[in-house]
Amino acid sequence: MAEFAASNETDTADLAVRLRGVTKVYDNGVVALGPFDLDVRKGEFVSLLGPSGCGKSTALRLIAGLNAPSSGSVGVAQSSAAAKVAHAIGFVFQEPTLMPWTTVRENVRLPLTIKHAAATDADTRIDKTLRQVGLAEFAGAYPRQLSGGMKMRVSLARALVTDPDILLMDEPFAALDEITRFRLNNDLLALWRSLRKTVIFVTHSVFESVYLSQRIVVMTAQPGRIAADIRIDAPEPRGEDFRTSVAYAGYCREVSNALAPSYAGQPDS
Amino acid sequence: MSALATPPSAEPPTRDSYGSRALRILLPIAVLAAGIAVWELVVRVYDIQPYVLPGPSAVFKTLIADWPVLSQSLLVTLLTTLEGFAAAAIGGIALALLFNQSKWLEVSLFPYAVILQVTPVIAIAPLLLIYLPQQTAVIVCAWIVAFFPVLSNTTLGLNSVDRNLAGLFRLYGASRLQTLVLLKLPSALPYILGGLRIAGGLSLIGAVVAEIAAGSAGAGSGLAYRIAESGYRLNIPRMFAALLLLSAAGIVIYGLLALTSHLLLRRWHESALGKEN
Repeated sequence: MAEFAASNETDTADLAVRLRGVTKVYDNGVVALGPFDLDVRKGEFVSLLGPSGCGKSTALRLIAGLNAPSSGSVGVAQSSAAAKVAHAIGFVFQEPTLMPWTTVRENVRLPLTIKHAAATDADTRIDKTLRQVGLAEFAGAYPRQLSGGMKMRVSLARALVTDPDILLMDEPFAALDEITRFRLNNDLLALWRSLRKTVIFVTHSVFESVYLSQRIVVMTAQPGRIAADIRIDAPEPRGEDFRTSVAYAGYCREVSNALAPSYAGQPDS
Repeated sequence: MSALATPPSAEPPTRDSYGSRALRILLPIAVLAAGIAVWELVVRVYDIQPYVLPGPSAVFKTLIADWPVLSQSLLVTLLTTLEGFAAAAIGGIALALLFNQSKWLEVSLFPYAVILQVTPVIAIAPLLLIYLPQQTAVIVCAWIVAFFPVLSNTTLGLNSVDRNLAGLFRLYGASRLQTLVLLKLPSALPYILGGLRIAGGLSLIGAVVAEIAAGSAGAGSGLAYRIAESGYRLNIPRMFAALLLLSAAGIVIYGLLALTSHLLLRRWHESALGKEN
């Protein structure tokens, strides 16, 4: 993961993530991504939307530094916080990905333990983060005792506990039932409004992406390229009123139309 | 959350399930009692001499009469088993950790671990007894038989770590030691415990095999040695009594390891959770 080089361009100070000509070719020769260019401004909520296997998760893993690009450059703004435990990026996987052998509290503590945080500082951060995701009473529970939605909240808390500037979310709510998903959508929006993180949210749901995002990057099928870049200029704060509004339906139609060519030629579309 | 429905299997336990649980315990006991009764009956009806086939009552009497000798032998065998088991546990886990850190070490050494495992220990024991002091040879035998399940299970466990969790550790820049202690070892724990459970019984077998191989030539006094010695003297009741003690020792070892496993895993692992969880 490269930090921004001393670039001559003046607008990079405002950017959280910058991808230039990024491609990813897997060992078996499959071209998963690109070439792919993406600029994400600080504090922006961007969704990557596309069909399964279009490389949107790959793009997220490249930004996180979990995989290296085959070519091109990935730039991520350095963490603004001075604290030792600060980490520029928090990652939420498609599955909760919790350690089953320990409690909610210790799961959330993990990034702090790895970063050798002082115990008292860590406890304060964990308490605060668990309150933010509404799990304060479940600190002592084991993951198996929690529902799918609560496990996802623990995963979110773990990503937030280091106070990252950028939150990467890889279809985090895809496996949840609709009601739980709506609640988590609302809670995520509330968190984003109060914490002002940069969020890059991968999803294959048109409705979820329109509801959450300020901007939707629609991707083509394999290899993933940008098909459309759509701004959602709905006023904040958004709530259930927005979900049932005419404007919301209009945006959904626009995004669906932009997405349709990505599914063309697929047998099940 | 409330949106999750209760799965249909989570019914409260009925009288039937309590009844079947009682049957699970009572039936094997009934089979044992019937077996002992038939054995005793056959011995008495046909008036079979104890040096051919002793009845259960004769075996039990011998067990009590010879307790000073047999208990001493039991201690010796148990100690050997324990030492072999400890060596197998430490050696197996340590080798697996080493293999996990270095692919090349694993490639170079793993075939020899397999060879050691597939060569029958009964054939190796006489050679070991030539080159090593008897007590050491017996422990080495126990180790050879018991270390492989620990090694292969631990290796499997260390390789079964959740990929995304491993990615998370990389994301936060965890050191090798942190990844090992915080992620790999806890993930592998159920596998390690499974390996140890097999190793417990196997180290008893290894100890017995080596004692038998040492035979009357050896200076040992373990239970297997007693069985061999009693065989030469046609003291058949004592052979049965010693065999009974070996079986009991095996059952206790297995029970203790199963209990340890349950206590360590009961809070989180599927294998240790009741159906109602």
